[in-house]
Amino acid sequence: MTTRTKEIIALVAVALFVVIFYIRKVAGRGAIEFPTWLSMLVILLILASLLWILVLTIRGRLIERRVVFLYVGIAVALPLFMSLTQKISVSPEVKQLYDAIVELPEGSKVLLSFDYDPPSAPELQPMAESIIRLCLQRDLKLIIMGLWPQGPQQANLALEKVFDDEDIAAKNLQYGVDYVNLGFQSGNEFVIQRMGGSFQSMFQSDYEGTRYEDIPLVRNVRNFSNVDFSVNFSAGFPGTVEWVQIAVDRFGLDLGAGNTAVQAPQMYVYLNAGQLNGLLGGMSGAAEFEDVADYRAKGTKFMLSQSFAHAVAIAFILIGNVAFFMSGRKSRLKGD
Amino acid sequence: MRREIPLIITAVVGIIFVIQYFIPHWPFSKMSDWFSDWFSIVAACAIILGALNLMKLSFLKVYDRKEGWGYAAVIIITFFLMAIVGIAGGRDFRNPGTSFDWLYNYVYIPLSATMFAILAFFVASASYRAFRARNFEATLLLVAAFFVMIGRVPVGYTLSSFMPEGWQLSNLATWVMTIPQAAGQRAIMIGIGLGIVSTSLRIILGLERSHIGGGK
Repeated sequence: MTTRTKEIIALVAVALFVVIFYIRKVAGRGAIEFPTWLSMLVILLILASLLWILVLTIRGRLIERRVVFLYVGIAVALPLFMSLTQKISVSPEVKQLYDAIVELPEGSKVLLSFDYDPPSAPELQPMAESIIRLCLQRDLKLIIMGLWPQGPQQANLALEKVFDDEDIAAKNLQYGVDYVNLGFQSGNEFVIQRMGGSFQSMFQSDYEGTRYEDIPLVRNVRNFSNVDFSVNFSAGFPGTVEWVQIAVDRFGLDLGAGNTAVQAPQMYVYLNAGQLNGLLGGMSGAAEFEDVADYRAKGTKFMLSQSFAHAVAIAFILIGNVAFFMSGRKSRLKGD
Repeated sequence: MRREIPLIITAVVGIIFVIQYFIPHWPFSKMSDWFSDWFSIVAACAIILGALNLMKLSFLKVYDRKEGWGYAAVIIITFFLMAIVGIAGGRDFRNPGTSFDWLYNYVYIPLSATMFAILAFFVASASYRAFRARNFEATLLLVAAFFVMIGRVPVGYTLSSFMPEGWQLSNLATWVMTIPQAAGQRAIMIGIGLGIVSTSLRIILGLERSHIGGGK
């Protein structure tokens, strides 16, 4: 079988899968869900095939890169249809952020900065949704903004999702009174610096064009001293680093952060120094927050895929190292 | 004067920003506000310049039929499509239910997420090919990566749930992140910080002139 034929077969298989999934959705039959026995069978088959790859590697046959791609694809896609549940361990930094929010008195003002765009949404959107939900559930007031152009639009998507929840919808929250979206402002870290003096100087109107002074929620909010807590959802520059360096260090803002998994390691320095009051790192951070907030949603659902993907990556690292040591042994034997 | 004026502007603005950090009172606070506002205005104009530059390069690529000109054509078409749909939508172009919102939700978001998701495949493939225990340092990195990768996902907790509290994989991952990893990060950040300070001083004093261009 030629490579081209294999590629066509793979594409047809993916297309068929998508069509079946779409037809089921249109027919209103809901998402496909494997029963537990099938999920376990799939896991066993994947494990057995990985063992077979290990045996082949020990025998000196290296696998192609495409095989790794195939396993990653399977590891990410198949768990979305599995009904298995996993126990999530909540890390101290996630608990710290949760505690910081729940300790706020009713009516406190929370500033949420959406500093990311759609590529990072799979990681950051679940944490944004669960934090917004928790804040609204506890009757906290939300002031939303973005240093990235698409940030405020992501915030609206998160709000839309949260308002689908019956408990939140029942509160009859009012835009401008209980929450407001101030929109995007260009200028990166200089926006944060100017907000230290005056919010209004950077946001003369909100996302919908209402003048700042006409919005009841922010009418009396002059600068960071009128904000009780803040959470920054960040995928890079400008993001949490700039918020810490300017808003926290200079203006004393109480800040928690939600970061992509790639960016999170850099934030532990600020967390250890007390400059960050809690941190959610990547999708696992989102899942942990959902667990501690007792509201399981996207983050928890996607963690099964992430568990599988990590396990597959570790398996291939082990296989790669076996191949490395085998080749080293062979060359040493030849040298002898 | 073409070189001197930008150097003087850079020096004045740089010195005032340094002073206002330590003396946040009038007149430095006011001057800092002016310069911050100017930065926002320049940054907003830079977005337009960036878009125009992208269009210019894409048009030239299509016109000259350079390699990959088809992608450039897609950029031009989608750029104008989004711009026209947005402008036609008026002031409320981003509201739910508008054409722009539809394009954002069902074209832009899935395409962006797909591009980012491709990373997973390359990371796994690169790990398989390059993450080898060649020497002590590489082995140390490999072991730390193992603990973090497995400890950060629920499967790690499940695998080590029989272990005493504090010795489970999730605890080890947290320890790696908060102690050795943070120490390494701190060293890197201090190094970067010192580099930024020295480069900034060189720019303010006019010793470093590459940012104003123009060759030698």
